[in-house]
Amino acid sequence: MKIPISYNWRNLWTRRLTTLLTVTGISLVVFVFAAVLMLSQGVKDTLVATGSEDNVIVLRKGSSSELISSIGREQIDLISTFPELARNKDNQPYGTADVVTMINLNRKGTADMGNISIRGITSSAFDLRPQVHLEKGKWFTPGQMEVVVGNKISEQFENAELGGQIAIGSKNWTIVGVMDAGKTGFASEIWTDADLVLNEFNRENVFSSYTFRLADVNDFEVLKTKIETEKRLQDLDVKQEQKFYLEQSEFMATFISALGLVITIIFSFGAMIGAMITMYAAVANRTVEIGTLRALGFPRRSILTAFLIEAMALSLIGAGVGLGLASFMQFVSFSTTNFGSFSELAFGFSLSSEIVLSTFVFAIVMGIFGGFLPAVRASRMNIVNSLRAGG
Amino acid sequence: MSTLVQVNQVSKIYYRGTIEIPVLQNLSLDVPEGEFMALMGPSGSGKTTLLNLISGIDRPTSGSIVIAGTDIAKLNETQLAKWRSQNIGFIFQFYNLIPVLTAYENVELPLELTNLSKKEKKQRVEGVLNIVGLSDRMDHYPKQLSGGQQQRVAIARAIVTDPTLIIGDEPTGDLDRKSAEEILNLMDRLNKEFKKTIVMVTHDPHAAQKAHLTRHLEKGELMINGDGK
Repeated sequence: MKIPISYNWRNLWTRRLTTLLTVTGISLVVFVFAAVLMLSQGVKDTLVATGSEDNVIVLRKGSSSELISSIGREQIDLISTFPELARNKDNQPYGTADVVTMINLNRKGTADMGNISIRGITSSAFDLRPQVHLEKGKWFTPGQMEVVVGNKISEQFENAELGGQIAIGSKNWTIVGVMDAGKTGFASEIWTDADLVLNEFNRENVFSSYTFRLADVNDFEVLKTKIETEKRLQDLDVKQEQKFYLEQSEFMATFISALGLVITIIFSFGAMIGAMITMYAAVANRTVEIGTLRALGFPRRSILTAFLIEAMALSLIGAGVGLGLASFMQFVSFSTTNFGSFSELAFGFSLSSEIVLSTFVFAIVMGIFGGFLPAVRASRMNIVNSLRAGG
Repeated sequence: MSTLVQVNQVSKIYYRGTIEIPVLQNLSLDVPEGEFMALMGPSGSGKTTLLNLISGIDRPTSGSIVIAGTDIAKLNETQLAKWRSQNIGFIFQFYNLIPVLTAYENVELPLELTNLSKKEKKQRVEGVLNIVGLSDRMDHYPKQLSGGQQQRVAIARAIVTDPTLIIGDEPTGDLDRKSAEEILNLMDRLNKEFKKTIVMVTHDPHAAQKAHLTRHLEKGELMINGDGK
């Protein structure tokens, strides 16, 4: 009992200017909707990619970031003895005691400053973070006032290029290398020798975190219990590294999503009203057609369905166009302060299958809301009055 | 001939606010099966209203309308829509073709309400387009056809479901004399050759002459004709 789909498509094509304008409105809203979700996903992806599945990070209890965490060398030495840690051929654990602090650098071409994380590392850091590669120059020499900067920092901040000098503490340090850390948070950091940072900031033997690899990922709970029950380690918290970075992304990702979705919902009312006006106009222009279809025996629900299909077709085309435009945003990345760590984080727009699905559901909902009332009006038209409209 | 349409004591009152506008008053009319009947009368006489009631697109205020044994005044909205799709073929004054569908698709439209297979639908559509002489225009859109050709497509659409009754509302009212003659000849052929019962409203005495039976309405009442009824 259905009106052929070709009837809907050709009607949309016949009114192509109106169709185009409505689709444009919907696609712009869909673009904003998808871009916001992609941005939020981008933050998550960047921070989750920063952590590894088989790495574990130990921080002081209650520390949401490494910046406000402290862990003593003796505590690190004790954890290093646990058999659950993966070890190299010299029986040394794959672990790095990192000291994380912050400096300010000027953004290129602006007067704005950004908070940049300085990460003092030990040699195992490279084994634990295989996603980090040297892009230019060389790695820093331990004991020398040398640093390696993430490529995102090098691109976006003044004097952060290879060979430049940056002030850390009271001294100028030389940039001897630029590292590529892919789409991870490490690309927004500066790395150097942990002991030098400890000395420069008078932190003595207090590190920010201890990250190590588990010999067997399944041993995490065993190790966690061990640390929690060991008297000398009771002020520490142990987390899977990926989970730790995911938690760091939560606040910012949620903030972007919430703010963006509020804006999108406001915009979507405009798009829905646009779709509604289009569909009301379609109903008014096709009054005789509706009367004829009803006279031929098409029931009310067929008319309702036909107009709803048209409204949803407008939305789905809009969704396709908007999503297509939004997908180009994957080539864009920018840098801002991550509220989770208070430090600079470069991230991009990331498109996932969930976002594609959410966007189409959002568009269909817009189509249903925009098309429902006009469709109801069409289906409830009196046949005789509709047919008279043509006379 | 048996009676196909029985209109019994039908009244129709329209309301404009609280004002009653009686259009038909206790009207009774029989249409024998296989008849070609013309309804004539001045504007406002109620002939189109009567046609709307017989075709089931409007409901009487009182009285009954029995068509092929079914009292259509007692059918609900959904039943009436289904009944129309199975029993009535419409020919409108302004053709009422769907502008975005081709001649073929316009004729096929009522068959969407049937359970016929695609092949059966194709056979039917091509068959009726052949009857109306438009086999070579089936892929044309209405705007690519003349008024007479559009009305022939509308006739093809009206007969494609093999309805019990064909309803014509001023079917020649928008056509030139030559095209009107062709349409009337076609309707005559449907009546004689295919035994279709036709009830047609017309202002045109020449069109009415093509019918075998003419009924006149005035002020909502049926006038006595010279044929004894």
